[in-house]
Amino acid sequence: MIPVVLESSLAPVLTPLPVLVPMLAAAMTLFAGRKPRLQRGITVLALSVVLVVSAALLRLADRDGTIALQVGGWGPTEPGMGPLGITLVVDRLSALMLVVSSIVLLAVVIYAIGQGIRDGDERQPVSIFLPTYLVLSAGVFMAFLAGDLFNLFVGFEVLLSASFVLLTIGASKERVRAGITYVMVSMVSSMVFLFGIALVYAATGTLNLAELSLRLESVPDGTRTALFAVLLVAFGIKAAVFPLSAWLPDSYPTAPAPVTAVFAGLLTKVGVYAIIRAHSLLFPGGRMDKVLLVAGLLTMMVGILGAIAQSDIKRLLSFTLVSHIGYMVFGIALSSELGMSGAIYYVAHHILVQTTLFLVVGLIERQAGASALERLGGLAAASPLLAFVFVVPALNLGGIPPFSGFIGKVALLEAGAQDGSVLAWTLVAGGVITSLLTLYVVTRVWTKAFWRSREDAPEGHLSASAPSALVDNTEESMDIQLADRDDVGRMPVGMLMPTGALITVGLALTVLAGPIFAYSERAANEVLDRGQYITAVLGDGR
Amino acid sequence: MTTYLVSLIVIGGLVSAGVYLLLERSLIRMLLGLLLISNAINLLILAVGGPSGNPPVRGRTSGDQTTTADPLAQGLILTAIVITMGVAAFVLALTYRSYRLNTIEEVSNDPEDTRVSRLSGTESAEEIAERLDPDLTRDTDLPDELDALPGYEGSR
Repeated sequence: MIPVVLESSLAPVLTPLPVLVPMLAAAMTLFAGRKPRLQRGITVLALSVVLVVSAALLRLADRDGTIALQVGGWGPTEPGMGPLGITLVVDRLSALMLVVSSIVLLAVVIYAIGQGIRDGDERQPVSIFLPTYLVLSAGVFMAFLAGDLFNLFVGFEVLLSASFVLLTIGASKERVRAGITYVMVSMVSSMVFLFGIALVYAATGTLNLAELSLRLESVPDGTRTALFAVLLVAFGIKAAVFPLSAWLPDSYPTAPAPVTAVFAGLLTKVGVYAIIRAHSLLFPGGRMDKVLLVAGLLTMMVGILGAIAQSDIKRLLSFTLVSHIGYMVFGIALSSELGMSGAIYYVAHHILVQTTLFLVVGLIERQAGASALERLGGLAAASPLLAFVFVVPALNLGGIPPFSGFIGKVALLEAGAQDGSVLAWTLVAGGVITSLLTLYVVTRVWTKAFWRSREDAPEGHLSASAPSALVDNTEESMDIQLADRDDVGRMPVGMLMPTGALITVGLALTVLAGPIFAYSERAANEVLDRGQYITAVLGDGR
Repeated sequence: MTTYLVSLIVIGGLVSAGVYLLLERSLIRMLLGLLLISNAINLLILAVGGPSGNPPVRGRTSGDQTTTADPLAQGLILTAIVITMGVAAFVLALTYRSYRLNTIEEVSNDPEDTRVSRLSGTESAEEIAERLDPDLTRDTDLPDELDALPGYEGSR
């Protein structure tokens, strides 16, 4: 281990790299479109670099406090004035999000490459996949780094445009149908966001988050609440909070496994991150907390009840994804330090576990040729390794001790009990019920897909004609006899390894729960305090 | 801040027309609705930029030359226009693809949704169990219609 000295002066150099490196790599992979090996090399290298940079930023932000970079040096020209240009800000919260998302992005791209090699994509035109994936990464990182509302909007748009392409890749019938819903809903949410930006600009004359948080204090209360409500609707659609969540289970399950995995892990959490920023930095005081608490409760309950009704594992997991967003909204809406740190820990946990589960579904499809519960059976006997790989993140999602899901949920429930109001106690009860129902849902998958023998499955003899690959050019997905599939029953190492790596990272959240939870407490403290953020961006003499 | 009533009425009209179109099932109408709303928001950003004033150079007043508009609002609009244009092109391509595949350009229901919702209520438990029972007659060694699919001829 080489001792690396991280100088504080490195911070301005490192801060823009998570956006710059994937963007440049995307351009390079486009040029290398005809050389798949070179393309893969560039992608993995770029995302590894971002991982290292994010880890360094996390260390710096934790040690030296919030880092603010005025791009191009267009910072505040004198005390009391806001920056003129774009500001990138790294505090503990965004550094944590950077690290977790770069781990997930790297693991998923290795998984996708492993899957692609297995599917023989040399003949198929997927040269667009890796560049788009890199643009998506750049958009996610840009959203986490953004120091002003409009840059946040641009980050959202970059990641959304890339996600449109990834969701409809191959443009089969099913994906086009799902893609249309997804594009329209996402664009409506972007329009609402832009509308909110215009209103905020009208009310304050600035879009810089730090300057906004000062100027919004002098805006009349009613106007502030209205502005917050407009922004919450925009972020709520992106985060899939209950009344605005119906689009998610419709569109995610049709995409190829790695794409669904990265969408499920990251895109909704970008929305949650934006809600945290708006709630604590721009509009502190919790005027919408009751609304958020009710929305959180409904998200949990409606999501998990939806999951019970599903029979396709991908759709079932999409509903649990919606359901568990409710926990984060719950933690945010409590407006307490414990609630916020629980929410931050839960975001990190949920990104990892939800991505892992979707990757495991890809493995199940590979092993058994189907992802519908009617067609699955006997997987525990067929592949004990797959059973292990499924059961660890599944129990983690259900919140079984000692996994990280349990730790996050306990923190949130404690915060709810500490709050003590009737609504908070209702949410505590709702959280416990949701957790139990999640356990029921994953147990149902376990008993059906893993324990019973495949002969007992109602449609066990059928399977899809091909695994849902990156490029799905079949005009109509057709069912064939399982016995006719000669490619099932083998999981490529390239897909297993990244899944295993993500499970290990998920377990590390348990093993290192002490330091990590202490970190998320510091992050929550910093987020709720606001002073550090504002001083870092505007300077001391504000 | 003061603003003109006319521009606000125009913005309101565009947004309501846009929302009306977005609620249709036809994709082209939805796209038009999206474009109307985005134009309305661009106008709104222009309106909130406020009246013209001094040039955006700090400490400079240019005498009584106060005809310069807010450059930030225009920068925001330009970015928003570019983004909307890109997405509109993508939606058009998607619409065409959907038309080629389905010969209609409408948003269709999620078939899996329909299937799951049919499971509740309308059918009795026996009917569902009967429908989910394995169809043993299909599980024979005799050739069936699946073996006639292109690429699978004589696979048994």
